[in-house]
Amino acid sequence: MEWSKEQMDEKEQLQKVKDTARPTVGILILTTGTVLLMFSLALSISLGAADIDFNTVWGTIFHFNPNSVDHQIIWELRIPRVIGAAIVGSCFAVSGALMQGMTRNPLADSGLLGLNAGAAFMLALCFAFFPGLSYSYVIVFSFLGAALGAGIVYGVGSLSENGLTPIRLVLAGAAVSALLGALSEGIALYFEIGQDLAFWYAGGVSGTTWGQLKVVTPWLCIALLGAIALSRSITILSLGEEVAIGLGERMGRVKLLSAVIILVLAGAAVSVVGAVSFVGLIVPHLARRLVGHDYRWIIPASAMLGALLVVLADLTARIINPPYETPIGALIALLGVPFFLYLARKGGGNV
Amino acid sequence: MTNKQWKTTSQLKKERQVKLTALLLFILISVCFFISLNTGHIRLSPQETLITLFGQGTEQQSLILFDFRLPRMVIAILVGMGLAVSGAVLQGIVRNPLAEPGIIGINAGAGLAVMLFISFFATVSDAPVFVMPIIAFIGAGGAALIIYILSYKRHEGISPIRLVLTGIAIAAGIDALMIVLTLRLDPENYQFLATWIAGSIWGSNWKFVLALLPWLLVFLPFIYSKSSVLNILTLGDETAIGLGAHMEKERRILLILAVIVAAACVSVSGGIGFVGLIAPHLTRGLVGDKHEYIIPISAMVGGLLLLVADTLGRWMMQPSEIPAGIIVAVIGAPYFLYLLAKTKD
Repeated sequence: MEWSKEQMDEKEQLQKVKDTARPTVGILILTTGTVLLMFSLALSISLGAADIDFNTVWGTIFHFNPNSVDHQIIWELRIPRVIGAAIVGSCFAVSGALMQGMTRNPLADSGLLGLNAGAAFMLALCFAFFPGLSYSYVIVFSFLGAALGAGIVYGVGSLSENGLTPIRLVLAGAAVSALLGALSEGIALYFEIGQDLAFWYAGGVSGTTWGQLKVVTPWLCIALLGAIALSRSITILSLGEEVAIGLGERMGRVKLLSAVIILVLAGAAVSVVGAVSFVGLIVPHLARRLVGHDYRWIIPASAMLGALLVVLADLTARIINPPYETPIGALIALLGVPFFLYLARKGGGNV
Repeated sequence: MTNKQWKTTSQLKKERQVKLTALLLFILISVCFFISLNTGHIRLSPQETLITLFGQGTEQQSLILFDFRLPRMVIAILVGMGLAVSGAVLQGIVRNPLAEPGIIGINAGAGLAVMLFISFFATVSDAPVFVMPIIAFIGAGGAALIIYILSYKRHEGISPIRLVLTGIAIAAGIDALMIVLTLRLDPENYQFLATWIAGSIWGSNWKFVLALLPWLLVFLPFIYSKSSVLNILTLGDETAIGLGAHMEKERRILLILAVIVAAACVSVSGGIGFVGLIAPHLTRGLVGDKHEYIIPISAMVGGLLLLVADTLGRWMMQPSEIPAGIIVAVIGAPYFLYLLAKTKD
């Protein structure tokens, strides 16, 4: 096939991204990440209000004994919780990576752009009007909420004459989060469900059950596979619209699919853990620093690093001030805010 | 300079328009004041209210009016005035319609300071109320200073949008820090803090009126006397620089004044945002760009706004109350979005 000069340039850009990608680092992250994750999961299961040694943890998993209190604590409370933390971390991180790549916005994060607040608002409505709704429906409301938040933020952003600048989107996200947060609080006060909802504002995985995991996991798997399938197109989109058009990428379809995946990931994560910000901001930047700009590596690496981050945050949350649990949303924000300021000051950096 | 002594007809017309607006606002505030007096868990009919106001009511009626409702409403009006003026000053000096004491982290800083302060006392009622505005000011000033430094870039100075962005991030960070710290508080202090953050006007007590009033009485007239400086600053940096380096000093003084006033207000009302955003804007639409008019009128608009929000919060779902901060956010956030869509830089 004959390539015109422009197409050659675009080809070269893409090739450059591929050449600068570091697959060895990527594979290293995935392998050592798996080992580290296993180790942190085990550590996280055995530490807690009642310390349980590794042997018992091992025993619970392979020879479950329903009569042992330790085994029951591990099986019913600790294991769902740590798996939940890992899943939520992956969801937030991958949704952040997709948003940053697709919109070429280095400040994109489901928390900053109003998706989390939207999902939390819908959950508040759910608890108010349909108490006792089964979790498989609740999660769908959570997706819709994320779509609502994102829709308002992007709508307002695109109404403006200068279009969707990253900073404008963050400002719109802050205002939409303030609005939806205030409405949720109002609903909580009116229906007296503040107790149920407080947990969602602060962010915590302590309430995760096997039932929730069974509902969330299929969504997560489909969305993650979808994200990996789209990763090549995301790399092209991250080079800019001109390049993408030049390379014959069908942008409309890719953007729509990515948007659906982002909403599913963010919605699912919020329905488990609550509105936790900054995971989707920090992790993709870190992954990009490590593996280069090829999204075929950024997405799996983000999933791994995100899981590690939230599992470790949850572990810290439990041991920092026992017997109380510090909300992990707050802990991650303490990391995320300086990072955000650094990015905003630098003017974003590369996506 | 004869034309300076003789006011042109358009100036006269403008002044008449401003006076009319002020009168209208005064009437509105009075009406809302009267409605608000009647609103609450225990209903008082208008006649009963009037009778009680003139000292002829039953003991229970005067208790409700004088010890619960009146101080709270007075605080709502005062806080609204203070926040609105603070917002007007901030918008004037950074020349950006999005600047507002709540958005740029003053509320969060004051909240953190108040929280650290009350955690030294066994219960909230032990804490000396008159010190609170000063404590809140230290926190708010600290937050404002950090935000100012972080959004300063060499050669570029302070970009308004970076200022707002940094403010949002710092506010998020301080909120997170507060959540982590609240776990160490005992339940009573925790409850107090939770309502404080939500922005319910909790200090429904004459003590708090007395704690707030001196600050406003001193600083609002002072800010008003700086109107002409604000007018010059609003014209743009180039003009201001042309007028000498002393404008930079004036800008800092005004920033400190705005922080003081907002901090004093927030220390008794809790985290109420958006009043300082909405009120000066509406005012500009009503009376134009002169700060001699903007400052007094936006004070009235702010007072009216917060009085209405507080009354609505008490009325909407009795017997429980919605904090005024929530009501204001529901009105204010869409307004912020509207402004964001309209601004260009």
